[in-house]
Amino acid sequence: MLKLIGIGIVALGFACEVNPLLVVVLAGFATGLVGGMSLHTILMELGTGFVKNRSILLPVVMILPTMGLLEKYGLKIQAQALIRKMKHATAGHVILAYTAIRQISISVGLNFGGHASMIRPVIAPMAEGAALSQNPTISEKLLDSVKAHASAAENTGAFFGEDIFIAVGGVVLMHNFFEAEGMKVGLWSIALWGIPTALAAFCVMTWRCYLLDKRIALEGYEVDKNATKKC
Amino acid sequence: MLTLEPFYKLGGFFLILVAVRIFGNGRTARQWCSALFWALLGVTLAYGKVLDAAVVGGCVVAMVCLAASGYVKAAEPIQSQKNKTDSVNLGIKLIYPALTIPSVGVIGSLVLTRIKINGAASIDSSQAPLIALGFGALLALLWSMRMTHAPIKQPVIEGSRLFEVIGYAIILPQLLAALGTIFTHAGVGQVIAGLVTQSLPTQIPWVAVTAYCVGMAVFTICMGNAYAAFSVITAGIGLPLVVKAHGGNPAILASMGMLAGYCGTLVSPMAANFNLVPAALLELKDRNGILKAQLPIALAIFCANLGILIFCVFRF
Repeated sequence: MLKLIGIGIVALGFACEVNPLLVVVLAGFATGLVGGMSLHTILMELGTGFVKNRSILLPVVMILPTMGLLEKYGLKIQAQALIRKMKHATAGHVILAYTAIRQISISVGLNFGGHASMIRPVIAPMAEGAALSQNPTISEKLLDSVKAHASAAENTGAFFGEDIFIAVGGVVLMHNFFEAEGMKVGLWSIALWGIPTALAAFCVMTWRCYLLDKRIALEGYEVDKNATKKC
Repeated sequence: MLTLEPFYKLGGFFLILVAVRIFGNGRTARQWCSALFWALLGVTLAYGKVLDAAVVGGCVVAMVCLAASGYVKAAEPIQSQKNKTDSVNLGIKLIYPALTIPSVGVIGSLVLTRIKINGAASIDSSQAPLIALGFGALLALLWSMRMTHAPIKQPVIEGSRLFEVIGYAIILPQLLAALGTIFTHAGVGQVIAGLVTQSLPTQIPWVAVTAYCVGMAVFTICMGNAYAAFSVITAGIGLPLVVKAHGGNPAILASMGMLAGYCGTLVSPMAANFNLVPAALLELKDRNGILKAQLPIALAIFCANLGILIFCVFRF
């Protein structure tokens, strides 16, 4: 039971909004010590785990300089202008369309997208632009919610599409797990059973995007009417 | 054979340049701490493989202390993009370099694995997507430099601006993964699986299935990673209680169990790279904004997934 101390520290730390890095390192040291590791071993585990997962950091580091440069020269504004030209596109449409593209492409093994490479430079500004033309007086809070939904579309689309493709980590991991347990479970049968939930996830996103559009329209109901006539 | 190592080196050196740039702006406590943080991160990225694991561990603890000091943050509140934009009108073609990165990433990972030099694979196939993405990023950088005629130091300036916007949250995902390895070696998973089996009437089939899905989601929320949860919870609850005791279909159970775990990822602050880091990247006022947007999504998908699983797992 005492081994669960790390989970307790993490939960408490995140709840009290202590610096998350500090929480995680403390949880690691506490769990390690309770589990009978020496300080040196814990430090080594920490270092090994950190280096093994450098691949999480690499895409961000490779992409950010270019994105920063393009942003400085107006990429975000261009993406917003592009969507403003489509008169009837709403923020919900943009986000839902991205969800569909993301789910379908990743389910055939095409993994493009990502928060740094697609959401910040392209999708979030497009959704923002659409929201602004739906309702020019939109509050900053709701605009933040639009951006948050764009990120949610990235996550939901990727998570509930990738396990339909047999060569991704998740499916292979499950297959290997059963193999180690001495059971024969086919890659394809695991992958195909990801489809029902993928469809359910898309329905849920449709519902959320509909609600988001409704919130945007409701917030600036009066202004909205006049604005759409003008543009 | 080409591996990711050269890209780690490039990325690491870039982070060190960012540190130099921050340090060059002044010598306040904030700049010292911030520059040291990015320099240490650059060193672990570039030389992580050759350095002793305990030394890297020490660097990590040092970075965490610097972050906890509260000095690793952007200098001034980030101004709105519109004020900063240069008046040069490059139009919509700016989007092409941005799209180069994902497209080269996709095409590259399909093509690169098929290229053979003297019969040996030219690149490490398990790392192919990331290597291709690296090439895409380099190509996009060159293209956008040509297009904008920006001075050579501009990518470093813009990069360090964005790095400082994200701040220390950038290492949280890696740190959580490291925590996961410590949890695994200390045997945390077995304790949890034991608790569930003792406290629930798992002789009823749907209770066993529900326990498995909830276990996947809860353990994923705690660990921030569904893969880490999968082997622990499937070995502890899924296989003995659903497949062996009630004859459930293992393929359906595993596939949807993993997806139940992903629902946990959507609402877990431990899965920082999917919510806290993008929230910083999008400059949201509320750092939990994405988690809040995803909570109803995750709940709805979890219920749908559980319903389909209970309906299908004993029928097919």
